[in-house]
Amino acid sequence: MVERREALAKMFSAKGSNVNTNRGAEYYDSLMQTMTKRLNELEKTEVATKNSIANVLEAEGLTRRDFMKWASATCAALMLPSNFTPLVAKAAELMNRVPVIWLELQDCAGNSEAILRSDAPTIDELILEVISLEFNETIMVAAGHQAEEHLEEAMKTFKGKYLCVVEGSIPTGMDGYYGTIGAKGETFEEHLKHVSHNAAALVAVGTCATFGGVPAAAPNPTGAVGVQDIISGKPIINIPACPANPANITGTILHFVLTGQIPELDHLNRPKFAFGYRIHDNCERRAHFDAGEFVEEWGDKGAQNNFCLYKMGCKGPMTFNNCSIVRYNEGVNWPIGAGHGCIGCSEPQFWDKYAQERPMADTHFKAPTGGVEKTVDEFGLGLLTAAGIGIGIHAAASAMAGKKDNEGEA
Amino acid sequence: MSKSQHIIVDPITRIEGHLRVEAVIDENNVITDAFASSTMFRGIETILKGRDPRDAGLLAMRICGVCTGTHYQRSIEAVEDAFDITIPKNARLVRNLVQGALYIHDHVVHFYHLHGLDWVDLVDALKGDPKKAQEESFKWCRTPYGVSESELIQVKERLTKFVKQGRLGIFSNAYWGSKAYKLSPEQNLIATAHYLQALDLQRDAAKLMAIFGGKMPHPQSFVVGGVTCVQDIQNPARIAQFKTLLKKFTHFIKTAYLPDLAMAGVEYVDEALDGTGAGLKNFMSYGDFRLDDTGFYNSELLFPSGVVLNGDLSKLHPFDQTKVAEDVTHSWYDAKGPQHPYDGTTNPNYTGLEKKDDGYSYLKTDEKYSWIKSPIYDDTRVEVGPLARMVVGVAAGDKRITKYVTNFLALLGDKLGLGKPAPTAALFSTVGRTAARAIETELMADVMLEWVDELAANVAAGDLSTWTEFDFDKVAKDTKGHGLAEAPRGGLGHWVKIKDGKIENYQAVVPSTWNAAPRDHKGRMGAYEASLIGTKVADVNQPIEILKTVHSFDPCIACAVHIVDTKGKELSQFKVNTSCSI
Repeated sequence: MVERREALAKMFSAKGSNVNTNRGAEYYDSLMQTMTKRLNELEKTEVATKNSIANVLEAEGLTRRDFMKWASATCAALMLPSNFTPLVAKAAELMNRVPVIWLELQDCAGNSEAILRSDAPTIDELILEVISLEFNETIMVAAGHQAEEHLEEAMKTFKGKYLCVVEGSIPTGMDGYYGTIGAKGETFEEHLKHVSHNAAALVAVGTCATFGGVPAAAPNPTGAVGVQDIISGKPIINIPACPANPANITGTILHFVLTGQIPELDHLNRPKFAFGYRIHDNCERRAHFDAGEFVEEWGDKGAQNNFCLYKMGCKGPMTFNNCSIVRYNEGVNWPIGAGHGCIGCSEPQFWDKYAQERPMADTHFKAPTGGVEKTVDEFGLGLLTAAGIGIGIHAAASAMAGKKDNEGEA
Repeated sequence: MSKSQHIIVDPITRIEGHLRVEAVIDENNVITDAFASSTMFRGIETILKGRDPRDAGLLAMRICGVCTGTHYQRSIEAVEDAFDITIPKNARLVRNLVQGALYIHDHVVHFYHLHGLDWVDLVDALKGDPKKAQEESFKWCRTPYGVSESELIQVKERLTKFVKQGRLGIFSNAYWGSKAYKLSPEQNLIATAHYLQALDLQRDAAKLMAIFGGKMPHPQSFVVGGVTCVQDIQNPARIAQFKTLLKKFTHFIKTAYLPDLAMAGVEYVDEALDGTGAGLKNFMSYGDFRLDDTGFYNSELLFPSGVVLNGDLSKLHPFDQTKVAEDVTHSWYDAKGPQHPYDGTTNPNYTGLEKKDDGYSYLKTDEKYSWIKSPIYDDTRVEVGPLARMVVGVAAGDKRITKYVTNFLALLGDKLGLGKPAPTAALFSTVGRTAARAIETELMADVMLEWVDELAANVAAGDLSTWTEFDFDKVAKDTKGHGLAEAPRGGLGHWVKIKDGKIENYQAVVPSTWNAAPRDHKGRMGAYEASLIGTKVADVNQPIEILKTVHSFDPCIACAVHIVDTKGKELSQFKVNTSCSI
């Protein structure tokens, strides 16, 4: 896994992407100061759990060196220069200061399941183990009144300090009664407001919690919305995808520990370290796209030779996420690897725009990247060149992803 | 205590989804009445209407993140049934392998990480002596998994550190020390070691699904007509990787999971023999896992379909999908009476909870009290799940299933010192329901190894076909079909009607619809409710016995998503119906 992380690091630090990975010495000096200050403050605070990364490493038979290798790769994944590595390592060690309360609303538990199955040899997982996971309905032992009591206790003990992770959308139709929880029959909206009130920040995981997801697909029968539509006045980080990649959840929590702030976000509040690239940019089948070699029918010769899935409806060119680099289930595979196109699951309203097996040109939806795809079918494969397509899409995409840069956020 | 109490357990944790149970407990601490209620909806069938049937599987899969691949496949198979498409052999085997991987992953995670903590006292394990525990482990298995003295010392140290640091996180405020726990400290230590090892190993089972599925949860390699992962099946390294991971996980199943079940079966044998949690004793299986390529509803099946009534294994009633009906007398909908899924209507009628002086809101149990409808088979309430599959398999005289069930009962009889196999009737209980899941896991792991070899041999013989070609414009006009199969937790069916190439109507009746349903029009209880009646609780303030029995069904409630719109009126002229309540 460490090797894969290093490959990741290389990818993320490559020049010429649409994410600004070199902001100049002044910027990084100031960031370093902020982070050091933050970590010093954090170090002085009460621990949420006395378990430490050292204990966990020891129990797992991992060396300090393994850990530092991981920290170095993670540093790059967060798009920080390598001299930040010691800070990242320190942040990981301080993660036991960050209590996490995980709420499930209109969900399918897919994101909880994804976290259970995240990377081995599991340093990422260990980090999740050493955070203090105070509440998660899927795996916690206590139920009913005992579960509710513990939630209240944790919220009180960690007032203003805990991260509230939310999985699932919030129904607003019928006064919110499409979802209730607890002996008092609190609606999901009331429950979310109650728990988020004293949270340090909210992390919406999965496309339901971020943009409404499946329940919000047309005609949105329950009036489902995402966390950012309900909660204001709190930092909110969106980690979409169906389910969210556990590596991106871990990365975000780590960034929070590191800086006490939310990571740099794009215009949809997604962390740029994960959502700064399109699937298409780093796709293993990209060369076939550039060469005009496409799968034309499921299981055909093209499919047997890993050709590009664009004509089978792949939405990689419209979708910002790092699946093509991080992949899934310990990197064992990912949808395009298994011969099926991307369905755009980290984009808003993807069920109504992207989640079908025909190219965009065959649907009545307009691609946000300016209809570049039409050229594939209208002008034929002969006109397809890497430059033509690449420049067109990049121009539009960079304009979207880079929008926040001009607004001067951290 | 002098009179009966009415208690609420909400949220029921360690399940998928949102579930509430209310129980009436008498002065002798015996449950005399019980009510199960689903408290969440999304409306996925409504969302599916008007979409291209070829895309339905991707969306229908999001009904549930746990049995995710099952919904995906059933939805696609409903469309294939409608289009009369028979998929190639490679596609059938790939689907069987992905579903099989889902079973063994799901069952192991269910036992150790969700259900296990109803049987195993994690904190009591701290008192366990590693040396004695190692000796204990040999009682249950000749070659026990990962519980040597040195391994147990490490587990104990890790656990001690965790408990000492003061905050138990997800293990907080639980029922540690309760009289309901019956394992010895050493046995608890063994099971705790396996809890931690399984947490690590289950990732491998998830990888099994991802090898041919792309990712897990929510795989992405099935399409109407077949599968897309042709380059994965033609790559010998992929097949080898699959086999290696499968063998590793199978080893855990045989030397940890099954022995632990035998151990729990012996220590909790009183609860098995007195039938605690037996419930309805009517069992139904839709049938699943095609073993040949003769097409839908013709193929020989790994799990036969059928119905067994009143625990009578001597008579198997054939399953007929036209006898499925749903009633909404106690569900938050209006309808005239029980309706077949194809003719169902959905008129939401949410009547809410009743707030009482104690500050809590109670179900109005005489009226409507759940978003789950009440499915009925041939005017009978039935249970679905691994126990139902094993019972139906034995009643059907299936050799493979009978062999695995008999082996386990013999093992249990031996460990109990009976001098003969444990009685089959012991399976009709909460303990038996949990044991049936383990029996099925071993069977599935073994048969998957046969399938992967069959797949490799077929590909090696030059068959690379993964997709059956069809002309969408010709097949998709006006048609309908159903995909009826078995999810890890029971019978899962999708029904689809297609008009002018678009989905006109979509319905799903799934495991937890059957099991977690409220009462029906005749006042008959659903499976959860019935199984709770007569259970004695040690402490009314600690719902551990309720959790144990409800968990034995492996609830998955997210699929209890009915069709409702924001104004609470009927959404369309089409007959939209309930989905599951996994």
